[in-house]
Amino acid sequence: MLTKRIIPCLDIKNGRTVKGVNFVGLRDAGDPVELAKQYAAKGADELVFLDISATLEQRKTMHNMVLKVAEHINIPFTVGGGISSIEDVDDLLHCGADKVSINSSAVKRPQLINELSNKFGNQCIVVAIDAKQIEDEWFVHLAGGSIPTNLRLFDWAKEVEQRGAGEILFTSMNNDGTKHGFANKALAKLSEMVNIPVIASGGAGSVQHFIDAFKNGNADAALAASVFHFGEIEISDLKHELRKQNIEVRL
Amino acid sequence: MNTVIINYGAGNIKSLEFAFKRLGVETILSNDTEIIKTADNIIFPGVGEASSAMKMLKTNKLDTLIPQLKQPVLGICLGMQLLCNYTEEGNTNGLGIFDVNVKRFSNKVKVPHIGWNTIKNLKSDLFKSINENEYMYLVHSYYAEKCYEAISTSDYEFEYASALKHNNFYGVQFHPEKSSTAGEQLLKNFLEL
Repeated sequence: MLTKRIIPCLDIKNGRTVKGVNFVGLRDAGDPVELAKQYAAKGADELVFLDISATLEQRKTMHNMVLKVAEHINIPFTVGGGISSIEDVDDLLHCGADKVSINSSAVKRPQLINELSNKFGNQCIVVAIDAKQIEDEWFVHLAGGSIPTNLRLFDWAKEVEQRGAGEILFTSMNNDGTKHGFANKALAKLSEMVNIPVIASGGAGSVQHFIDAFKNGNADAALAASVFHFGEIEISDLKHELRKQNIEVRL
Repeated sequence: MNTVIINYGAGNIKSLEFAFKRLGVETILSNDTEIIKTADNIIFPGVGEASSAMKMLKTNKLDTLIPQLKQPVLGICLGMQLLCNYTEEGNTNGLGIFDVNVKRFSNKVKVPHIGWNTIKNLKSDLFKSINENEYMYLVHSYYAEKCYEAISTSDYEFEYASALKHNNFYGVQFHPEKSSTAGEQLLKNFLEL
């Protein structure tokens, strides 16, 4: 049976992890390679590295980081942040990234999804969608959720699938950072609508939230940051609990 | 020992090189006929689209070389599929090593099949010290049908061949280079065949 995936997400700036990471027994919490190794050892199924660098110089540092991660990590990983061209993707895949995630650049120029998918195959193109529920409608937001658009979440999800996305990473802005659980209703609708895997993101605060995302939200994978970084949830404990609930996981 | 990764412009070669490096093995990346012929064992990778990958093989005259190889050859993912008779992807004829066709999963399941799935019905020394129902990482939209040359099967929509063997040729649909310690064991086993 195909298992549900648990994916820790690391924010990277200038080749270092940012936002607090509080791991017992980690010599250098800022070193993405060391953190990635720990997560791989603890049973993470994949990793996502989100580049939040502002300058071109910092982006070059990112390439070195990707190379180092590929050298030391034996599970798949995705790199996202600031990717807007075939060249960007080519560089990252050559450094050893397995997948790339695009977000704002796809909204600005949807044809980019077709181009990337034709060139590299849809299996390595993740389209990340940040959306906020305003009254009864979900609207896509850009630039980390700060810029609203008129695009509706479900229309956009269908379009990115048709254009060749291999996966959708859906972050609910309403849930992100709340630790009150994932946006399961929207997730379930998304998962029903598209025929590609959907990764849930935003809102993880407890083991039960992951159970709900898989059982009620029908997510194929769940992504989280702080609950893992601060050791609030241990990945191995989480997976044992999921299995107890008859959710297939890799142990 | 001399391990060559066939370089024909397809796929994420870096991860494979690094996976062998973690095992202490330096690989040679080449599309040179002589270098490939004299290797002790050969990795035939592939990520991307079948018809364009086959074109690149032909450009490098590797389509005639590969079937003649006598040393252990391991096709990975699209590499495995190109060693089959035929694939529906791009309506492409393969190299015909494995006597099986490659088809697309239907829309009854999510495609691509992405993530960790179990392998079972393990046969061959390629799986030495690897348990039945071990997890491997897969990313693919096309599959080889279950057949007499299958040395492992997996379930997605139905049971299909997740690994194949014919004489010195081996093929795996999953990515051992991304499959944690079980994948490392498989690569180690391959080098010891």
